[in-house]
Amino acid sequence: MLQFDARRKLAEFEWQGRLELQPGVTALYGQSGAGKTSLVNMIAGLLTPDEGEIAIGGTCVFASRKGVNLPPEQRPVGVVFQDGRLFPHLTVRGNLQYGRRRGKGSAPALEELVELLELESLLDRRPMSLSGGEQQRVAIGRALRTAPDVLLLDEPLAGLDGERRGEVLGFLERLKQDRDRVIVYVTHRMEEVVRLADRLVLIDRGVVQSAGGLQDLLGRPELQALTGQRTAGALLSCRIEQADDGDGLSRLSCAGHSLFLARLGLPPGADVVLQVRAGDVSLSLERPRRSSVLNVMRGTVERVVQEDSALADVVVNVGQTLWARVTRRSVRELALAPGVEVYATIKAASLYSAN
Amino acid sequence: MTPVWEIAALSLKVSLWAVACSLPAGIACAWVLARCRFPGKILLDGLVHLPLVTPPVVVGYLLLIVLGRNGWLGRLLYDWLGLTFTFTWRGAAVAAAVMAFPLMVRAIRLGIESVDRRLEEAARTLGATPARSLFTVTLPLAAPGLLTGALLAFARCLGEFGATITFVSNVPGQTRTLPLAIYTLLQTPEGETAAAWLAGVSLALAIVALAASEMAARAVRKRLS
Repeated sequence: MLQFDARRKLAEFEWQGRLELQPGVTALYGQSGAGKTSLVNMIAGLLTPDEGEIAIGGTCVFASRKGVNLPPEQRPVGVVFQDGRLFPHLTVRGNLQYGRRRGKGSAPALEELVELLELESLLDRRPMSLSGGEQQRVAIGRALRTAPDVLLLDEPLAGLDGERRGEVLGFLERLKQDRDRVIVYVTHRMEEVVRLADRLVLIDRGVVQSAGGLQDLLGRPELQALTGQRTAGALLSCRIEQADDGDGLSRLSCAGHSLFLARLGLPPGADVVLQVRAGDVSLSLERPRRSSVLNVMRGTVERVVQEDSALADVVVNVGQTLWARVTRRSVRELALAPGVEVYATIKAASLYSAN
Repeated sequence: MTPVWEIAALSLKVSLWAVACSLPAGIACAWVLARCRFPGKILLDGLVHLPLVTPPVVVGYLLLIVLGRNGWLGRLLYDWLGLTFTFTWRGAAVAAAVMAFPLMVRAIRLGIESVDRRLEEAARTLGATPARSLFTVTLPLAAPGLLTGALLAFARCLGEFGATITFVSNVPGQTRTLPLAIYTLLQTPEGETAAAWLAGVSLALAIVALAASEMAARAVRKRLS
């Protein structure tokens, strides 16, 4: 576990966030300049807070009051930097072997890492000759080799193009299997959060705005400005019931509802997270009949949040949280208010899997 | 007159020892100037550069005061280690090292400053102490600067005249290096031909040193990219 409670004056604002992170992947999300990298540097020991405390697994690594400030090499923390920072004068093998074990766990054997990250063919090459994605894979391996109790990934995909990003994301997903380690994944891309993280911490100008389970936070319209929900949408946990119902559609179950969408190519029983944009959800008071819309979910209005002069976001509990962006006129004409029963409809064509 | 090769050998010996012994101090100074911030840094910077702007004769005189048999440091070194500097090749090496020091530090400092500090940070997060980070990351990456610094210093040592003649005089076989030998010959009637020979040797040494440094720098750069 990582406990962080420290302040530090930065150029434009003061970091004053408090965090308590459990093992598993926590995404640290915020716009650029929100203070994410400063937080990473403070945990790693590269930036000294003005005051406060930082503890890792119960061991204090920084405490201004007690005068404790362990240097980076004595903290059980591994870092994968945005720019890789491989040593250009060493081969890939030399880079992987550079680290010294510091965490409680045993260091993975070189062969193990090479297999996990598929580095076999790169071992004798120098970092300059590697592609961006390959460099980041080596950087991940190099950090893992120190068996860190806390692994900090500071926008490891930021410098990569779309294809490479996908490639490295695949490798990062393999890290999720390690359940004992606190993994902090810093990013400002929601699709990476959705794919990797169990929990989400939203940061804005050095302050922790919200922290909690991924789906919980993403379903809250008031955090929309921070999460950039307009593009990401609410998330629904579903299970595949039928891979192909004969019309090229997959049938999924979600909180007691059946949902259909274009064939996913996954077997029955597989877990899927669907991304549903607020703008793709419409509401009606009666079950729609003779409609082209396949997906209808009955639920209860929980809240209505005014978006601007014309639009509003309606939070609907359908067993899970869904939200719909509708006009204020519709809110008025349908008398949408907390407690009202509604039918939420989503076109199959606008549903897609987030993972 | 001593044979040409003996004079050249003495010059090489004095310069090599001067560079070899001052290199650790040069690296330390360069690192402190490049990476540390402390009050009085400007003083250290000035002190390091002093031989560059002071007349060499003055430097030689100061060395005489400090390291001469009756100088405070010279006396200590003689009593403890039996080291004598006056009128010996060791003294010539000290004079050369002091005069070449600013050039050496400047080049090494540039080399260290060109190393990305973020790589040093990365080394620390991988468990390296500051010392390990210095020796395994900073210095290997600053190798081109180190090489240039050592070579510039070596060339400067070969040409050292003023501080040497003031500090350790002009003793054949001990302190009469190439420049001093050329000077002496030019003072003697009919010494000009021999002086021309020695000047030629000086030039040849300088060219060989330059070529060697260029080749080494190329090899190092190739290794790094």
